[in-house]
Amino acid sequence: MDAIVLQILNGLDKGSAYALIALGLTLIFGTLGVVNFAHGALFMIGAFCAVTFSRILTWSHTVIDETKKDFLGNPLKVEVPHIYDLFGQATGDAIIDWAVPLSILFSIPVMLFVGYAMERGLIKHFYKRPHADQILVTFGLAIVLQEIIKYYYGANPIPTPAPAVFAGSFDFGALLGFDPNTIIYPYWRLVYFAFAALIIGAVFAFLQFTTFGMVVRAGMADRETVGLLGINIDKRFTIMFGIAAAVAGLAGVMYAPINSPNYHMGMDFLVLSFVVVVVGGMGSLPGAVLAGFLLGILESFASMAIVLDTLPGLNQIIIYLVAIIILLTRPRGLMGRKGVMED
Amino acid sequence: MSTSNFTRRGVLKTSALAGAGVALPTIFTASSAAAYMNEPKGSTVTLGFNVPQSGPYADEGADELRAYELAVEHLNGGGDGGLMNTFSSKALKGNGILGKKVEYVTGDTQTKSDAARASAKSMIEKDGAVMITGGSSSGVAVAVQALCQEAGVIFMAGLTHSNDTTGKDKKANGFRHFFNSYMSGAALAPVLQKMYGSDRKAYHLTADYNWGYTTEEAVKSSTEAMGWETVNAVKTPLTQTDFSSYIAPVLQSGADVLVLNHYGGNMVNSLTNAVQFGLRDKQVNGKNFEIVVPLYSRLMAKGAGANVKGIFGSTNWHWSLTDEGSKAFVKSFGEKYGFPPSQAAHTCYVQALLYADACERAGTFNPCGVVEALEGFEFDGMGNGKTLYRAEDHQCFKDVLVVKGKENPTSEFDLLEIVEVTPVEQVTYAPDHPQMAGGELGTCNPGA
Amino acid sequence: MLGLDKKDYTLLLIVAGLTMLAPFILNPFPEGSGLAQFNAGYPDLMQRFVIFGIFAIGFNILFGLTGYLSFGHAAFLGVGSYAAIWMMKLLTTNVIPAMVMAVIIAGLFALIVGYVSLRRSGIYFSILTLAFAQMSFAMAYSVLTPLTGGETGLQLKIADARILDGALEAGEQARANLFGLNMSSSYEMSVGSWLFTFNTGYYIAALVMLASFYLAIRIFRSPFGLMLRAVKSNQNRLNYTGLNPRPYTLAAFVISGMYAGLAGGLMVAMDTQVGPERMFWTASGEVVLMTILGGAGTLIGPVLGAGLIKYMENILSKINKDILHQWFAFLPDGLEDFIITLVYPFIGKGWHLTLGIIFMMVVIFLPGGLVEGGQRIAKLFKGKDADEDGAQTKPAE
Repeated sequence: MDAIVLQILNGLDKGSAYALIALGLTLIFGTLGVVNFAHGALFMIGAFCAVTFSRILTWSHTVIDETKKDFLGNPLKVEVPHIYDLFGQATGDAIIDWAVPLSILFSIPVMLFVGYAMERGLIKHFYKRPHADQILVTFGLAIVLQEIIKYYYGANPIPTPAPAVFAGSFDFGALLGFDPNTIIYPYWRLVYFAFAALIIGAVFAFLQFTTFGMVVRAGMADRETVGLLGINIDKRFTIMFGIAAAVAGLAGVMYAPINSPNYHMGMDFLVLSFVVVVVGGMGSLPGAVLAGFLLGILESFASMAIVLDTLPGLNQIIIYLVAIIILLTRPRGLMGRKGVMED
Repeated sequence: MSTSNFTRRGVLKTSALAGAGVALPTIFTASSAAAYMNEPKGSTVTLGFNVPQSGPYADEGADELRAYELAVEHLNGGGDGGLMNTFSSKALKGNGILGKKVEYVTGDTQTKSDAARASAKSMIEKDGAVMITGGSSSGVAVAVQALCQEAGVIFMAGLTHSNDTTGKDKKANGFRHFFNSYMSGAALAPVLQKMYGSDRKAYHLTADYNWGYTTEEAVKSSTEAMGWETVNAVKTPLTQTDFSSYIAPVLQSGADVLVLNHYGGNMVNSLTNAVQFGLRDKQVNGKNFEIVVPLYSRLMAKGAGANVKGIFGSTNWHWSLTDEGSKAFVKSFGEKYGFPPSQAAHTCYVQALLYADACERAGTFNPCGVVEALEGFEFDGMGNGKTLYRAEDHQCFKDVLVVKGKENPTSEFDLLEIVEVTPVEQVTYAPDHPQMAGGELGTCNPGA
Repeated sequence: MLGLDKKDYTLLLIVAGLTMLAPFILNPFPEGSGLAQFNAGYPDLMQRFVIFGIFAIGFNILFGLTGYLSFGHAAFLGVGSYAAIWMMKLLTTNVIPAMVMAVIIAGLFALIVGYVSLRRSGIYFSILTLAFAQMSFAMAYSVLTPLTGGETGLQLKIADARILDGALEAGEQARANLFGLNMSSSYEMSVGSWLFTFNTGYYIAALVMLASFYLAIRIFRSPFGLMLRAVKSNQNRLNYTGLNPRPYTLAAFVISGMYAGLAGGLMVAMDTQVGPERMFWTASGEVVLMTILGGAGTLIGPVLGAGLIKYMENILSKINKDILHQWFAFLPDGLEDFIITLVYPFIGKGWHLTLGIIFMMVVIFLPGGLVEGGQRIAKLFKGKDADEDGAQTKPAE
């Protein structure tokens, strides 16, 4: 019992990451009809916003400490962050400790700009082109973006810890009346789950309850008619692309403490997020979110030792197996609309 | 049947450089002229450095390449001579190898066996390389080693830790200086017993591929031999990035030690996740919960950041060793590049020197001569103490380091501290040990 | 001739000429010169050119004609490779049974995958094929290790059974051969300071590719090919005429899977080893990129695309800083360093960056792929006539 509760919890947490990425991807599919293979790269850039921001905070000058030696026997050079000089060491350390949450503020303008620049500079010219061309150009862009990151940050993962207050884990077991230590969950992952829920809720509320969102939804359903009504739908779609990029970026920022960011983390997520979007159904935002959580939970169950003892290797293929079954029983995924990306 | 042969290239290269073009077309089949594959006939010899330059191990590959460049510099008489000064064999004189200046070509393995073989083949077929070395995974090492055996050149493995490389997939033309899974298990177990006692329950998470299997088996059998119980061993997919669903159930299982048989990105993520779950703050069965990482590397430690603190593992070599060889290598590497070398850099540098030395002692680049010179070769002064290249499986036997994540690092390179230097006797095994069973060394292949 | 019209026949002759003379064409620079770095006329790369050419031609039969974008074609290549190496391990090192078995097994696998996946279209189809391929990769890497060798893959070993072959002499190794003709044997010809290598394996692979190319032309020009194009342009209309397109698309899928299997079998014949990364989704993506880069729906395009990507992977990645210093040594020091700093990010370990930029450039400026670039150049030279000349290589749509 406790094992099952634990894996549901786990699946919800995993699923929130999938849902968040798939949501951004679907926004772009749904609004612009573009297959964006660079979406994983946006997620990766988001994570590197967190890395960059903490590098800015720890920007240092060197002080030579004569009392200590470095590996060659020369006097040790100690890096002292400028922030110590500004606020003193204690406050400085506290600020550095909170680098990841603080970098949300830094990443939103960066991601909006990256999204805007991508749409205006490149994607805009590909609305009328075949999906294959869109795939090629965005895949090329993804490679270029990740190679640039690799050039400056190297290929090794870069540890980007969460603030110290979120270290350790919360004991759900004790709360629910199970034995202590049986159902524990890290605080930061709970924060991630709450954050994802917040963002998903915000995006839905924005589309559902604002005039802007209403127009965008109308444009998704029938772009031409909305255009004929004299509404500049292109401009709104550009903004939606920026928002989608920001959603992907925020997912990346908050993910940085969970897995140390590296330059190819976007590619690792790309295939998975496409599977999530398609299983959810093309063009359906609720579908993407639902599929994200569904696949997250199933993946968690498939990784249980009991399951693996009876079906070895199930954890390797569960996502794809589920995708095949769903697509065969429900032709357009869970909640797909007819005619979207079917030709 | 005649096999392909490219020994003309060496001649052509030099003659073209000297401007001595041949006026009339000369047509001939090549195999008649050469004694062995890619025999260097001019004043230079070409070595092939095949390392990952793209993909997740690119940084490790970059460090390997730095080491090779340093080795070439030293072999050609430049720099401070590095380990050549401390090496017990004095055959190398700093005038290249057998009087020929050492040149090199580089390639990208992408950490994929197909790409690695393509790159190695281009070095053999196009550039006339007489030896291939490098790599950062066992899959690549086994693939390239098999290729070198077929083509008739020497393969000096880089970083490869799976038992298979010198176990079931061993080849006469291939040599490994790096240690292996068995040695990790044998070295770690006594230290773990000393630190954590002999009544422990271990839970293994294992990367679901060959290296993971051999490492799990090695650690399991060594720890069980000293009284530990293995509660469970769960396989995790190579492509897994978030290990939460594997780590969450660990505490429920009643285990009090978690062994992470992961490498590279897998290890960085699984360790980070495990620490996030607060496992190390827990008490199980009245004991502190502990985590063990059988194979450590500094680059991985760097990726996992503060999470490595206090966690035990094993490495082939570490720059903080204080023997003469290690000091000399750290000095020449550090002065050239500004930071201490990684264990990958060390093993690659040593492999390049060992190959050069074997050629000198054999008096030829002929792979069969080199094999003969390396088999059963005993040496010292290369940073690992007295070392033997065993003839039966072409594996180096030397001391193994047990290390621990440092609590108070003084720099970004100072992440591990040496806990114990496990003497070579303790990690030596019989060539037909069950963990190495199967496979045949075969006979050396000189190509032509 | 050969059942082809004049234009197709000329194209076939050109391709035949190019492949047969490849050792000359790909080695334009003399040995030892600075530019020799760009020579691609060594056996391994030439073999890869034609093998990936076959793979891309086959992919194009499906994608170029029917418009179905498979994202899992590497699985068929991988399955073909495994079938081939097992034939060599168990039966004989002769490459013929290996290649035949590779085609058959890949065809059967494609039949299963195609039968299931073709029930959906568009991106749903793409994801289904992707799912099958990823499952194949994941299982080959892990649970199927006894069958596939797992991470380290399979190679020929001394202890293999090889029922049909006699025992090896002492010190002899098992090598891929065609009735005793060793795949890795080569004949070298030096002319002045040029060195040309004629490799047995390459010529066998090249002949196989020519046959595949010929077959592809025949398929493109056949009523079957027309039917496939009809599927691409409007499947609904086809349904209304009372025709069921599924058998046609399934046939195209299986044929293209067999091409992939043939490529996989040839890879093993040229280089006796298989590893599971061959089936990873990036490998499937690569053949998609090759096809689009060269020009989807054209006959020659996919081959060009395959050539370009493999050339970059094998040649560009080998240029290191040392070589740059040799090239630019004639410049004054400051300028030399400046130029090297400028060029360095794009070569050697930065070759992926250049690849990404080329993808973007081609698709932005040459929507029809490299073939369109060729047509534009031809137009410049020939004036108006070129329009008609180029017609035969125009995309199917």
